[in-house]
This record gives sequence, structure tokens and C-alpha cells, in this order.
Amino acid sequence: MHSPLHQFEIEKIFNFSIAGVDLPFTNSALYMLLSVLAVALLVFSSGRSIEKPGVIQVFAEKIFGFIQSLVEENIGQTGQKYIPLVFSLFTFILFGNLFGMIPYAYTFTSQIILTFALALVVFVLITLIGFIKHGFHFFSYFLPPGAPIFMAPLLIVIEIISFLSRPISLSIRLFANMMAGHTMLKVFSMFTISLGVFGFSTIIATSVLIGFEFMIAFLQAYVFSVLTCLYLRDVIELH
Amino acid sequence: MDIGAAKMIGAGLAVVALLGVGIGIGNIFATLISAIARNPEAKKDVFGVAMLGFALTEAVALFALLISFLILFN
Repeated sequence: MHSPLHQFEIEKIFNFSIAGVDLPFTNSALYMLLSVLAVALLVFSSGRSIEKPGVIQVFAEKIFGFIQSLVEENIGQTGQKYIPLVFSLFTFILFGNLFGMIPYAYTFTSQIILTFALALVVFVLITLIGFIKHGFHFFSYFLPPGAPIFMAPLLIVIEIISFLSRPISLSIRLFANMMAGHTMLKVFSMFTISLGVFGFSTIIATSVLIGFEFMIAFLQAYVFSVLTCLYLRDVIELH
Repeated sequence: MDIGAAKMIGAGLAVVALLGVGIGIGNIFATLISAIARNPEAKKDVFGVAMLGFALTEAVALFALLISFLILFN
């Protein structure tokens, strides 16, 4: 029997190299490609017909409306231009999590390097937006308004640390949720064999956990996009 | 001490963090229920925030769970 962590192993599907650099096509890359294709399908099927929208079109427009209200609630009217960013982040993570729920499929969001790269994109973006919008005035972000001046040295250090730890907490949250959730499912399924006759009880428990895991898949994509919106508002409004 | 036994004890100790998470999640939903009971119209607005808080708190539980899995299966 494989260990519960076996599901996170990256396997090469076929080898591929350009000028001596190894670029294998892995199972992780396959599911990322599938997820991107699903997002592209949503994007191209929306806004097709007004009289007779298909199933995919309605689904795509529901997601778009959801993201639109999310961005408007959290950033405000000035946040309209960030809708594409939040939409693509949300759908990419959502499809990654949901494709991972297919038995024997690979969950690419359980790779810390991928979630860290996504979080780093958000982090670099918010820093750039802060500098472009406010110039060097952006540094006032690190001193909350109304704070007593003698607290400044302490507060500035705390604010800088909390700003720099954002990509780390953002990436570890998604990675740990997906990895712990999937490992938990596998551990519970292993109990089914070791419990013998009473194995049916763990089958029920695992079914409930799978439903829970679907909720987590959606919730984590939602949390990632909400936090992206909150960080964007922080640097756009500067307090 | 046997290294296997030490691993088991470590994995058990790692999930002590669930104590705080249990209190936290209980707190979130207790507050959500009393908020909805006081003002049922606010349900739509409050529910999203509660779910966000739930996910953030639950993530802490999963960090602990992850550490214990890593100790057990590596």
C-alpha cells in the first residue's frame, strides 16, 4: 500500500528538453493545463447569446457576477479594472482544487511552489501599484495614522514584517489546506481496510469528508481572492 | 527513546493546537448565531464574513495537522 503522501509525487509523463535544459511534461503540468483550458472555456463561452444562454455560459456569468460583487464590495468602484485579475486567480485555483477531487487526479494546488508563485504575483503587484499610485508617499503605509509618535519605531517594524509575510501566509494557507485535506482523506480510507468488518463506518465518514473537502476547495479559492482584494484596497486607499 | 515512539508522541503533540482552533471556530459560529438572531436581515452580509473567519481559523488547524502528517509519514 502506498503512503498517504504518495499522491503528491510528481511523475514525468514524457520527457522533453530544449538545448540541454530538461523540461519534462509532468502530471502537475497536465492538470494546470486542464485548469487553464477550463478557465478559457468559461471566458470564451460567456456573452455568446442573450436569448438562449447555454449551461456553461450561465455558469461562467454566475462566477463573473460573483467576482464582480466581491471586488466592488472590497475595493469599491475604483476596483473595476482588477476584476480580470481576481477572476483568473479565483477560477484557476477553484478548478485546480476541484480537478484534484477527481479520484487518482493530481492536485497541483498542493505544491507549495505553485501557491507561492501565485502569492508572489499578488505581492509584487500590490507593491508596484502602491508605488505607481502614491510614489514615495507609499512608505507612509507602514505608519498607521493617529499612532503616537514614540511608538513609531516599533509600529513600523511590525507593519513591515506583516507586509512581507503576506505572500508566505497566503501561499501556506492554500497549500496546507489542500495537502492536509487530501492526506486526511487517504488516511481515513486506510482505516477502512484495517478496521475489517467495521470498515463501513469509515466509508460513511470518508463520504462526509469528501463533501467537506469540496466546500474547502471553493472556500480556499474564495479566501485567496478576498485577501487579494483586501490587499489591493490597502495599497490603493493607503489607510 | 525509540525514534518511532518519539515520532508518534511528536505527532500527537503537534495537534494540541486544535484546542485553540476549536475554541475559535466555536466563537465564530456562536457570534454568527447571536448576530443573526438579533438582526435576521443582516444574515446575507454577516455570513460571508463568518465564512472568511472560519476558513482563516480552520487554516491554523490544518497547519498543525500538516505538521503531524509530515512527522508521521516522512
